[in-house]
Amino acid sequence: MSTSNGQILDVTDLRTYFPIKSRGLIPRTIGQVKAVDGIDLTLAPAETLGLVGESGSGKTTAARSILRLVQPTSGRIELDGQDITHLSSGAMVKVRRKAQMIFQDPYNALNPRHTVGGIISAPFKVQKVVPPGGVRAAVMELMERVGLNPEHYNRYPNEFSGGQRQRIGIARAIALRPKLIVCDEPVSALDVSIQAQILNLLKDLQREFGIAYLFVAHDLAVVRQVSHRVAVMYLGHIVETASQETIYSAPLHPYTHSLLSAIPIPDPAQQKKRNRILLQGDLPSPINPPSGCVFRPRCFQAQEKCAAEVPPLIEVEPGHKVACHFPIAKPPESVVVSMAEEEAEVVAGARDAGVVDSGVMPH
Amino acid sequence: MINVEEVEGRAQHSPERPFLSVENLAVQFKTEDGIVQAVDGVSFTLERGKTLAIVGESGSGKSVTAQAIMGLVKGMGGIVSGEIWLDGQELNRLSPSEVQALRGDEMAMIFQDPMSSLHPFYRIGDQIVEAIVAHRKVGRGAARREALEMLKHVGIPAAERRIDAYPHQLSGGMRQRVMIAMALINSPQLLIADEPTTALDVTVQAQILELIRRLQGEFGTTVIIITHDLGVVADVADDVAVMYAARIVEMAPTSEIYNKAEMPYTLGLLASIPRRDRGQQERLDPIPGNPPSPIHLPPGCVFQPRCKYWEQVPESQGDPRTVRPELVETSPRHYVRCLLPQDVRRRISHEVLQSLRGSAE
Repeated sequence: MSTSNGQILDVTDLRTYFPIKSRGLIPRTIGQVKAVDGIDLTLAPAETLGLVGESGSGKTTAARSILRLVQPTSGRIELDGQDITHLSSGAMVKVRRKAQMIFQDPYNALNPRHTVGGIISAPFKVQKVVPPGGVRAAVMELMERVGLNPEHYNRYPNEFSGGQRQRIGIARAIALRPKLIVCDEPVSALDVSIQAQILNLLKDLQREFGIAYLFVAHDLAVVRQVSHRVAVMYLGHIVETASQETIYSAPLHPYTHSLLSAIPIPDPAQQKKRNRILLQGDLPSPINPPSGCVFRPRCFQAQEKCAAEVPPLIEVEPGHKVACHFPIAKPPESVVVSMAEEEAEVVAGARDAGVVDSGVMPH
Repeated sequence: MINVEEVEGRAQHSPERPFLSVENLAVQFKTEDGIVQAVDGVSFTLERGKTLAIVGESGSGKSVTAQAIMGLVKGMGGIVSGEIWLDGQELNRLSPSEVQALRGDEMAMIFQDPMSSLHPFYRIGDQIVEAIVAHRKVGRGAARREALEMLKHVGIPAAERRIDAYPHQLSGGMRQRVMIAMALINSPQLLIADEPTTALDVTVQAQILELIRRLQGEFGTTVIIITHDLGVVADVADDVAVMYAARIVEMAPTSEIYNKAEMPYTLGLLASIPRRDRGQQERLDPIPGNPPSPIHLPPGCVFQPRCKYWEQVPESQGDPRTVRPELVETSPRHYVRCLLPQDVRRRISHEVLQSLRGSAE
């Protein structure tokens, strides 16, 4: 079964809002955190889409909404031709055979009281699948495949290092040969030498099993290494999406330019050559987002139109979409963008109201 | 606000010894599982106003080295040996109260998590005022004015209002700025920054690095930056020391590390980082295996079990599985801890770095 356009995942106008409740005996809803505010995504089989953004951009909420770990407010999620937006949790169990998740923190994603064998065999038991040759043999084969010693079948997660735990999480995720794996910051808690091992493993598994990855990360260099296409998120919106080559070599959105210029390059000579766009301030509050374009208060291109109209995500060339009134191919060599004082106050105001700064979830 | 004359005045004495000189520093912790040798024979010097980056992965001993310099390890039950000379004074011999008096005044530290040095119950302004009056004879009114100046200086918008905010009312980047303001308020000679930007988003990281660089230029502060991120290092450091399994395995001026690194571990680190200026590679070239347990270090070269080149060590140099290499000077100011002969190291270095450069755009 697959959609008419052959996509494994097709997300349309996805919105996930969290209510903000007043304190007191009878909490009332006094506002909403618009964590994800109308995004469209597609993913083809064996393709990797990198979803990048800073904390509070909504990338993790988007990923969780797609797998229905968080209930989206509106929109449509189609997985392998099936609309899963409103499936019951019972019906979702079946869907999870096709779509799995790998988490950021390998220390918290595994039950410390279960053996590695128990953890990796869980998907078989939940889905009532008996692989040929039995579960134990299948689990040992999986362990071997992800680079773990199958003799460690009866060990507990605390006996493994961070990188090895991430391998356990990956073995569990691929156990039932899913078509899609959502990877939420899968390497950001790991040391660099281990990071590279895990990235290579993910690539190999994709080639072998044709898995599609939705790869959520804040690290643009890591995303570049694994992705075919990249979508850049800012404050609940996708502001630019294109092929990996285009995003890194010919971006058009001022925010993408600033993000790229902020990453230090591990080479002093290259480092001196890069242009510097120094954004001031933080992401505005998603409770009270700026009018018009959400990036406007920190943007070096901002003009009056940006405050008045929300820029639509427009296809500027095949596969390259930008949401900006004034896209720019070559940004100035060096810019320091000061945040307008009143905008800084908006951020502060939201925080003074007792709302956490990342804007992911109210207290 | 900051007394520049005073800073320059202090720069005069002890011309023979470098501003900071760490000699054969070792730190041990006794644990239930055995003795953890967290730092083993670390030596380096740092001239006034310069920046040294200590790079390493978790468990390499980089943070413990910093904490030992700050005199924080003894309080945690660590056993410190070796000498730490700061501005003509040996710190390891001092009593805890004497070191306490130096902390915040002569030397200061900023941490990855700002909440670890900000008290959640007190307004940020009051905390900075406290830092001033603890070390100097200044009235609270004057101290508050100085605190406000400093908050503006580190780029806190609407500082007049923010000075009375509590830490939880600020974003991560703002808290980091407040912590930097507090660390710099008594114009310390030495600032140690332990992963100062690891918890921050890239755009905020760029702001904080820019701030540290600017303040260093203004105040002439000597900086040690502890990081796992070789990108951050290229941005700020004059010299780089790479640590692995409690020891320095390579140390050199920054450009030398990136262009002429010789130790296979450093090369492995450089090869395993994905870079945004490099096109997609088929596969990254990671260092195989995992770092050793600090309780059961390999008997020979600590990196040998993960080294791709150890079999190229000639017999005359000793077996890397049993012989511990020393840190030797391979070219002026460039130190390497490796049993491979210099010509072999340089050939490997050339091959690895050339292939990295080849894939950069």
